[in-house]
Amino acid sequence: MEKLTFEFLGGAPVNATRAPALVGVVGSGNLEVLIEPVELGGRCAVEILTAARGFGATWEAVLDDFFARHKLADVRISINDVGATPAVVSLRLDQAVEDFLGGAA
Amino acid sequence: MTSYYESSARERLANVLDPGSFHEFLPPTERVISTHLVQLETPAAFDDGIIVGRGTLDGRPVLAAAQEGGFMGGAVGEVHGAKLVGLLERARDEKPAAVLLLVESGGVRLHEANAGLIGVSEIMRAVLALRSAGVPVLVLDGGQFGCFGGMGIVARLCDAIVMSEEGRLGLSGPEVIETTCGVEEFDSRDRALVWRTVGGKHRYLLGEANALVADNVAAFRKAAISLLDTKPDLSLEALTEEHEKLGARLEKFGACRDALDIWSALGIEAPEGLPLLEADAFVAKVAGRRA
Repeated sequence: MEKLTFEFLGGAPVNATRAPALVGVVGSGNLEVLIEPVELGGRCAVEILTAARGFGATWEAVLDDFFARHKLADVRISINDVGATPAVVSLRLDQAVEDFLGGAA
Repeated sequence: MTSYYESSARERLANVLDPGSFHEFLPPTERVISTHLVQLETPAAFDDGIIVGRGTLDGRPVLAAAQEGGFMGGAVGEVHGAKLVGLLERARDEKPAAVLLLVESGGVRLHEANAGLIGVSEIMRAVLALRSAGVPVLVLDGGQFGCFGGMGIVARLCDAIVMSEEGRLGLSGPEVIETTCGVEEFDSRDRALVWRTVGGKHRYLLGEANALVADNVAAFRKAAISLLDTKPDLSLEALTEEHEKLGARLEKFGACRDALDIWSALGIEAPEGLPLLEADAFVAKVAGRRA
């Protein structure tokens, strides 16, 4: 197991009263994403616990793309991963943001 | 139509209970996770694979739990078990109309061994204590992982079980039987064999499931509502009667080698056609023939 943390700056703060959202399941090839509004001085913090070691650079690339799509601030994203592929991770992150911001399903 | 089988535990709760009524206890944001899995360097889930809370069903207050089969096969670990026991004990104080258990579990989580075993025994005790306090405990079983091991016992300790054909109920699961007794005894990859042995239709025919519904969340919801007024009966007379029924069942079907033999013995014509019937047609065909 490996723990990875990333931070992004320059996003737009979300309403702090939004309800947290949880999507996905901690199962093989899958992951759960918990997204919560937290006062972080404008940062978007991502913490990952993954069963697959040594994929830090891949996670960084996937999260860079994610942040380019969704410029969030004052948000904490917590991930428990069991070897999901980058494509699955991207889809789950988008799904989490959709649930969190109440966008179109 | 939303498939119950394909839904996650959270989706099932949202669709079975009245819309928007569910309030979760110990939600994922509380991060009450398994310490055992962390020690084993295995990713844990923020809800430990079970969602517990309160809501309403047809306007009546209920407490409800849903196990997530996608996380470790819905297996019962220490936290998972404690959340369920806590919910059942809370129900003794609050006296809701019923407690709903949306089960999906392979049994005890082997990573947590004794803690999981103790958890299951505490769940059993809590179910019986709650029933003797007059609150019915209703089981919904239609998930991808079925309901086996300790949770199979728990399910049969409850007041009523609703199953879809896709749901499975048993003690040892198919893979366990094959591993311990050999593939000649039970081929766990033979899906037709698995479903006619532990699937919902067979459990309904044997009288273990009280209702057999189609695989959609609305059908499960409707069946759960129809069972809300179930009155728990743990009297000695009721238990004796149940034991006599089970004894007679064993006598009647004990020599059968296959579920098909039992269906024939029940007097059902062309039993080999039963697995192909939709839920409603199946229930109509076997009316008055159940064990």
